[in-house]
Amino acid sequence: MNPTALDYMLWGALPYVVLAVLIGGTIWRYRYDRFGWTTRSSQLYESRILRIASPVFHFGLLVVIIGHVVGLLIPETWTDAVGITNDMYHVTALSLGAIAGVTTLGGITLLIWRRRTTGPVFSATTANDKVMYLVLVAAIVAGLATTLFSAVAGLTSGEEVDYRETVSPWFRSIFLLQPDVPAMSAATTPFQLHALIGLALFALFPFTRLVHAFSAPIWYLFRPYVVYRSRENQPTQPTRPIRRGWT
Amino acid sequence: MAGRIGKVMAQVAMVMNLDKCIGCHTCSVTCKQAWTNRSGVEYAWFNNVETRPGQGYPRRHEDQERWQGGWKRTAAGRLKPRAGGRLKKLATIFANPKMPAIQDYYEPWTYDYEHLITAPLGDDIPGARPRSLITGEPMQIKWSANWDDDLAGGEELASRDPIVQKIGDKVRFEYEQSFMFYLPRICEHCLNPSCVASCPSGAMYKRAEDGIVLVDQDKCRGWRMCVTGCPYKKVYFNHKTGKAEKCTLCYPRVEVGLPTVCSETCVGRLRYLGVVLYDVERVGKAAAVKDEKDLYEAQLDVFLDPDDPDVQAAAIRDGIPERWLDSARRSPVFKLAKHFKVALPLHPEYRTMPMVWYIPPLSPVVDALSETGHDGEDASNLFAAIDTLRIPVEYLAELFTAGDPAPVKRVLAKLAAMRAYMRRINLGQEKDESIAQSAGMTGEEIESMYRLLAIAKYEDRYVIPTAYGVDEADRGVIEEIGCSLDFEGGPGMGGMGGNVPFGEASGRPEAATVETFHALRDRQTSDGHSGPTRRFNLLNWDGNGRPPGLFPDRDRQDENEEAK
Repeated sequence: MNPTALDYMLWGALPYVVLAVLIGGTIWRYRYDRFGWTTRSSQLYESRILRIASPVFHFGLLVVIIGHVVGLLIPETWTDAVGITNDMYHVTALSLGAIAGVTTLGGITLLIWRRRTTGPVFSATTANDKVMYLVLVAAIVAGLATTLFSAVAGLTSGEEVDYRETVSPWFRSIFLLQPDVPAMSAATTPFQLHALIGLALFALFPFTRLVHAFSAPIWYLFRPYVVYRSRENQPTQPTRPIRRGWT
Repeated sequence: MAGRIGKVMAQVAMVMNLDKCIGCHTCSVTCKQAWTNRSGVEYAWFNNVETRPGQGYPRRHEDQERWQGGWKRTAAGRLKPRAGGRLKKLATIFANPKMPAIQDYYEPWTYDYEHLITAPLGDDIPGARPRSLITGEPMQIKWSANWDDDLAGGEELASRDPIVQKIGDKVRFEYEQSFMFYLPRICEHCLNPSCVASCPSGAMYKRAEDGIVLVDQDKCRGWRMCVTGCPYKKVYFNHKTGKAEKCTLCYPRVEVGLPTVCSETCVGRLRYLGVVLYDVERVGKAAAVKDEKDLYEAQLDVFLDPDDPDVQAAAIRDGIPERWLDSARRSPVFKLAKHFKVALPLHPEYRTMPMVWYIPPLSPVVDALSETGHDGEDASNLFAAIDTLRIPVEYLAELFTAGDPAPVKRVLAKLAAMRAYMRRINLGQEKDESIAQSAGMTGEEIESMYRLLAIAKYEDRYVIPTAYGVDEADRGVIEEIGCSLDFEGGPGMGGMGGNVPFGEASGRPEAATVETFHALRDRQTSDGHSGPTRRFNLLNWDGNGRPPGLFPDRDRQDENEEAK
């Protein structure tokens, strides 16, 4: 099947638009809105459900992210080289992926239910949050669906849809600036849908509360406990231009 | 001075004389007006006044078994945040397991005032019902920041005081034995701050020049670990902005040599502000001494004597300006804490090395004496009472010396001696040196302490040097721009920085700089106009004539016209 013009738009051009928005948007947000860059935690309002749901969701998501990194970045030839058979790889990937995906989905379902039913948390929810939740849940559901379809297809027809021959080469080719459009257009619809929703999520990323993921405080592990800072670094001039009183 | 002097640092510290606190909450209210009268921190009181014995605010915050604040000494003799080290912090970052809920503080509310004027005509007088500021729903008020105000000693409330529970069954709240006093609390601006240590983002810091502990609002990411880390529960989470906020020791005022708002407005004049020099290299070791009861003495050993020439040389070596040294020599805080040794740290057992110290109240002892018909100002009566009134002394010891009654007794004896010694002078009797000696002091010392505690003027109570780099040469150079929040779309004009895409909490907040405060201090402390711009106050204008400052300078205006 030859790629159509739409395929070139979606898999050849769109990824770069999304990358530009993601990187440019993040820089812009960091420069413009460092004060708004926070987790916007609602734990003060409600702690009981959050204490279970939030770690379930976040840890599930971390596993999902690791799974994506492995699946998308490590070429099939490498795993073949170390002697991992295709079957072994897929059984592991699908089962781990399914567990992590279901955990993540369960976590976010509980979180959204909490957000809707706990008065103070709901009133602290912005339109921006709602759009973000919609896209995020869609991405997780679509991702789980691809996993399920792959598993069902593997069981019934014995023919597995191997994303490592379609999606992964395309993903890697984006960063080599030679997008492999034919590879991605050969992928099945669920995979394409999942990829599109994923792109939407990346485009939204800098403009939502999701940015807190970029400030994962890993360097906390390496700094001394007590931080000293000097006020010398502060500006010695007024921070605003001085204007006359009546203009 | 024993041993080598390490890096010298300066700290603006506070002492509160609890005998003088009348529990009027003026400090709390003025602090709230200055710092937390915004949405998101309605529930936060950077300064609050607690009635003791009592549960405090947030409720039972001293129960560290539950809240896990402060530091813990490991078996190896090292310090680690009680709630867990770095790895545990990161592992529990998705939901802080030890964070107080809004109900542990109290649910803030307002009243439905509008109903008073919009209610339809009827037989009943309309009322203003309380409405939650969190949910917006009508609510029943069940608790607040000072709900148990003046109710201390009552069985129902005081028996839930963590300290009372610690002292155990020795405390029986019988009417004759009850006692109470007020405890105003702000951030302790600790030498070894566990909130700073708990912050994964590194947004919290201790200022190198004056030791004030602050939150960088641009770097805070809302992980909430500081709320857990602070054993005094003096870091608050702003639920609207998603950032931590805390007492700033009114740094914009302190930087220009003005006392904090809570000190300035204190009706009882019980607060003292001053510089304490300390050896930062000794802090870690002192905070990790094995026996909790040694922490008070260990902290005193960290302080450096500003009159010691070696200390002065070391301070100059480490870049502390001469006027800070001079200020440290006149510091009332140093005098009360280290020279007279009448001020004690609040909960040294948290191992944070707090820097807001307290002179424990003698009043429970005096009250108990007077009620039994004895002379509450007689030296021998007072000394005997301090020895026999176990319960107030033990309670104070749990607050100020990790449970060791000896230092508390020594302080109370000094206060009692001062009371008896000065009474004789007031009554025109002969000075009795033996009273002073029985508290380990001389009559001269007692009189000097009396001057500091009873009649110290504004300049004696608040000895605050201006911030580094902002010395006299800077004065008047910077134009006053009026209220620093009154820029277009600013909070002073009713906005929060105008329309911003991520809601009211986003965008860049305007920095409060010392430079604008220089001009403000001039205006606050001078009788006439000050600063280069002389604006006319329209509120006083009678509509006649053209007073100076009503319009911009004619010359400049003409220039502008020509430019067009």
